[in-house]
Amino acid sequence: MASAESLSARRLEAPRHRRGRRSSLRSWRLRDQVMFVLAWTVGLGLCLVAATFVVFYAVEGIRYLHPSLLFTHPAPAVTQSQSGGFLDPIEGTVILAALGIAIALPVAVTAAVWAVEYGRPRALARIVESSIEIIAGTPDIVLAIFGLALFQLGVFAPFSMGEPGGAYGRSFLAAGAIMSLVALPSVYTATRNGLIATPRQLREASYALGKTHIATIRRVVLPAVRRDIATGSTLGLGRIIGDTAIVLVLLGGTLRIQTESSTPVLGLFRGVGSTLTSFIYDYSPSGDGNQPQKAYAAAFILLLMVLILNWLVGRIARIGGPPLHEERRLGA
Amino acid sequence: MLARLRRPWSDRRAEFTLGAAACLVAVGIGLMILFVASRAWPTFSHEGLSWLGSGGNTDSQVGAMQSTSAHPPASAYYFRAWPLIYATLLTTGFAVLFGLAIALAASIFIVQFAPGPVHRIMKPVIRLLAAVPSVLYGLVGILVLVPFINNNLITAGDKSSVAYVVELTGTGLLVSVVILTLMITPIMTALITDALESVPRAWREGAIALGLNPLRATMTVSLRAIRPAIVGATALATARAIGEAIVLSMVSGGRAFTPKFQDGLIVLFEPLKPLAAEIVQQAENLSAPALRSSMYACALLLLFSSFVLSLAAYIVRIPMRRYQVSN
Repeated sequence: MASAESLSARRLEAPRHRRGRRSSLRSWRLRDQVMFVLAWTVGLGLCLVAATFVVFYAVEGIRYLHPSLLFTHPAPAVTQSQSGGFLDPIEGTVILAALGIAIALPVAVTAAVWAVEYGRPRALARIVESSIEIIAGTPDIVLAIFGLALFQLGVFAPFSMGEPGGAYGRSFLAAGAIMSLVALPSVYTATRNGLIATPRQLREASYALGKTHIATIRRVVLPAVRRDIATGSTLGLGRIIGDTAIVLVLLGGTLRIQTESSTPVLGLFRGVGSTLTSFIYDYSPSGDGNQPQKAYAAAFILLLMVLILNWLVGRIARIGGPPLHEERRLGA
Repeated sequence: MLARLRRPWSDRRAEFTLGAAACLVAVGIGLMILFVASRAWPTFSHEGLSWLGSGGNTDSQVGAMQSTSAHPPASAYYFRAWPLIYATLLTTGFAVLFGLAIALAASIFIVQFAPGPVHRIMKPVIRLLAAVPSVLYGLVGILVLVPFINNNLITAGDKSSVAYVVELTGTGLLVSVVILTLMITPIMTALITDALESVPRAWREGAIALGLNPLRATMTVSLRAIRPAIVGATALATARAIGEAIVLSMVSGGRAFTPKFQDGLIVLFEPLKPLAAEIVQQAENLSAPALRSSMYACALLLLFSSFVLSLAAYIVRIPMRRYQVSN
């Protein structure tokens, strides 16, 4: 908003302003002039790098992407023409994202509602808050090998593929559970900020009608922060589909999805597979496959997914007018 | 206390249920730290803290641990992680240094100097770059930058001069730092830009009215007002860089070698292997007890450093909060 104002002001008195600015630039000290040029160079340089990055992936992706790749199973082969497509990795990404967010969403929203609405004793609320900050700062590889150790415990054997010597520790369920930790901080933070920004009058009106605190939360406050929760979940989804380390360690990294048993859903959840990120890693020169064309094509699909999620985040924020707390600010 | 008991039963029950669920999260995180620590314990009990030091070839130590039996003798736990720690410090340090400089200059450009259309395009582009999965940066690194460096920047003379010690293939310090910088700069730029935009206009205008030029006003007033945000962004970026495993295992060269600065410019092309990349590479071999314990010790070190980092950022920010405009 500030930039729009300054923009229109600049346009109104453009000629005088521009001359004034240019002559003042000449009167700046040398150090400031150098800094000014540096800021422009770095800014434009960053633009250039970003454009190169996106255009590079678009060109390479479109060059190697064939629609049939999206619908054929990958196959182990030495040549790029015989190694199939990446249907399984796409499915794996979708399953893992759905599983991760399905676990993270209720946990994060519950924790945020409790911390903001109740939060007593105060010390306990602080501990919950800091523990979520700790997960947000934990590297994904640490989460991954923690998950591996956890799901190799005998207690969790039913959650992963069976192995003669004990629990294998790798499955969609194991990876999804750890992925939920990756998405948890985004959902929690967005929900908490939304709850804090909800206007007081909204709650007080509900209390005045005789509703209890929990009824107010369920019927009034939570619907009011729906949009914040949606934004947080979309950000969390983006982090899940972009994560590689957890998939490599906990999903087994097999090319095709292998189900544990023929039971429809449970067999799949206990099975192993791959996602787009692990597919790209495997097919890059540092993985086993080393087929760059497939890696570029899969990378393009992944980039498209991220673009769509990114667009959704902006889109959700604009659904149905400004958020409640901004309405209040305009009214005041 | 009595007032709380007077509240309706449904309300108290809800508070209890929600609170229990929230505490479960905290307990789970506490358990995670304890669990990783307990898995790492054998290394600490056999080696003390000396495994953080240097000594011998880390790669061959790790290789020897892979083939130990289910109940290895104490000597099997011999492990010196200094090359890995040094590689982490080196890559993270340089990447954060360059990233911070670029992010500051770029966000000043976006907020103060960029013309309208550029400003409108750059903000979403930076946001997109911050959300791009890291494996895509790694792919560019290994498929474009590494061959380029190998073919154009490393001469045959360079290769033969260090041929007895290490093989130069293009992967190494330079690519790692470039890719890591590319990865963390957008996040820092996005956070610093948001903070700069929340500085009240009147503050800058006051400074300009006192005779400062716009750049000086930004440098003295705005940047000072957002110092807590700069510290926070740097801490976040550092945590990302320390914990980045996949990208660095792709472009770092995968050898536990300590780049030698006395080699001159060749140091840029020498391979290295940070802690996180080592854990990724050994993730398949964790059934060997000695190796498993060493890798969990590395994970504990990463966990500890990210914890210290966020604590330090929090403490540093306290005295700065006086003039802050946003967190």
